[in-house]
Amino acid sequence: MNQRKGFGITFYILFLMLPIYWLLNMSFKTNQEILSSLTLWPKDFTLNNYAVIFTDPSWYSGYINSMIYVSINVVITLVVALPAAYAFSRYKFVGDKHLFFWLLSNRMAPPAVFLLPFFQLYSSIGLFDTHIAVALAHCLFNVPLAVWILEGFISGVPREYDEMAYIDGYSFPKFFIKIFMPMIRSGIGVAAFFAFMFSWVELLLARTLTSVDAQPISAIMTRTVGASGIDWGVLAAAGVLTIIPGLLVVWFVRNHVATGFALGRV
Amino acid sequence: MRKVPNNKAWWLVLPVFILVAFSALIPLMTVVNYSVQDIFGPNSAYWVGIEWFRDVLRNEALQESLGRQIIFSAAVLIIEIPLGIGVALMMPTAGRRASLCLILLAIPLLIPWNVVGTIWQIFGRGDIGLFGRAMNEIGFSYNYTADTADAWFTVLLMDVWHWTPLVALLCYSGLRAIPQAFYQAAEIDRASRWAVFRYIQLPRLKSVLVIAVLLRFMDSFMIYTEPFVLTGGGPGSSTTFLSQTLTTMAVGQFDIGRAAAFSLIYFLIVLLVSWLFFTAITYPDRDK
Repeated sequence: MNQRKGFGITFYILFLMLPIYWLLNMSFKTNQEILSSLTLWPKDFTLNNYAVIFTDPSWYSGYINSMIYVSINVVITLVVALPAAYAFSRYKFVGDKHLFFWLLSNRMAPPAVFLLPFFQLYSSIGLFDTHIAVALAHCLFNVPLAVWILEGFISGVPREYDEMAYIDGYSFPKFFIKIFMPMIRSGIGVAAFFAFMFSWVELLLARTLTSVDAQPISAIMTRTVGASGIDWGVLAAAGVLTIIPGLLVVWFVRNHVATGFALGRV
Repeated sequence: MRKVPNNKAWWLVLPVFILVAFSALIPLMTVVNYSVQDIFGPNSAYWVGIEWFRDVLRNEALQESLGRQIIFSAAVLIIEIPLGIGVALMMPTAGRRASLCLILLAIPLLIPWNVVGTIWQIFGRGDIGLFGRAMNEIGFSYNYTADTADAWFTVLLMDVWHWTPLVALLCYSGLRAIPQAFYQAAEIDRASRWAVFRYIQLPRLKSVLVIAVLLRFMDSFMIYTEPFVLTGGGPGSSTTFLSQTLTTMAVGQFDIGRAAAFSLIYFLIVLLVSWLFFTAITYPDRDK
């Protein structure tokens, strides 16, 4: 039984890794080798593709831009979503259910619908081509998801803790930060992971709202597909490098995912 | 959990409300505004009422891409949800191997969507791509840029590759939250493997599955970047999905009025389906 399981999961992971291996493989090849024939490992091993990215500011600034707006987005998302998720989990108030569904409905809004209005809105308030504009735009789908996930985790914490802290004389902000947040840190980790992930991989909005100064790496990659043909090697190397920041984040949250969450309500 | 009535809680949700209203309501109002006008330039537009809506609903290209979209989303859910549950059940439960599995599983999720398209674009090529070449070598004449069925197969395979890990991660986490006592009780009762899954694991996975299904439905219904990079919507328009039709209309042809009307209809469809699903799943046992 266990052997069969092990075989199954190994097979699945292999399927997952094959395209990744292909990308990695290509990133170490010269363009000539990529286009001339199919080789399972690089014959002329080269680090040139990576060198291009690390020495050309128009390439590596893309990574910096992406990381800046993703970080801003994660921070904003958590700061506004935490108190809201607490309120949804603990209190009944006017319009709570409608507000909750309305929030969720924004996670369902197709970015294509909002492209043009977003462009106009952020241009008119002078935020076009800034990191904060992309970070705010990504809040449209990240905040609702974070509220949803955090609400589940918070509902899993018994109310007695809140009442005990109140009796002990803690003020609400002090209770929230000192006692409550450590209790739901798994939830915060998971919410942060999802916010990071969806902001990091999104292209449509990020590309529309930036031109030069805040251009994300994924947009720079599309731009290189230019007149002189595609520089596959560099493109593959850039692709490999986009995975690395995400891997670091997963490394930090893996234990939160592995401890399990059933999500109180829903 | 019993909830306490407290209208002051509004202060806690106010930041979220303002933030989301800013990034959702204002643009949505703009879209509504566009959808009822014919726009010639920044300062010249005139009222056309529901003209655009009527026009859009009769447009055959849109109906076709809506049809394709529905088939695609249905296929995605039918394949990815059971597969994700299966993978979660197969994953090691603890230790270093579990960590390794989690990290490897998360890799496809962390790749920007256009890069995913690029990877598969090369991976599937018949001459220099491992997958395309392998398919041809074992006797299928496979060419995703020329053959409709191959293109569909590749787009679906790419989506399954890309998103099944999300379902698996959520389910894995849901499974880990089941207390050991449940399994011990099942063992004492000599429950079969299937009974354990059907009566212990599946019900306990419900809340994470709701999230997984909704996320997969929403995201597959909005899919844009990946098929655009992979096939460009072709061959012909066989893999042109809703978002792409919409973007072409709004940005490519600058047909703003029609695109806005289409956007609203699109948004309403997504909203309606999600609402139906959400209420159907959450309400029956919330009142218990």
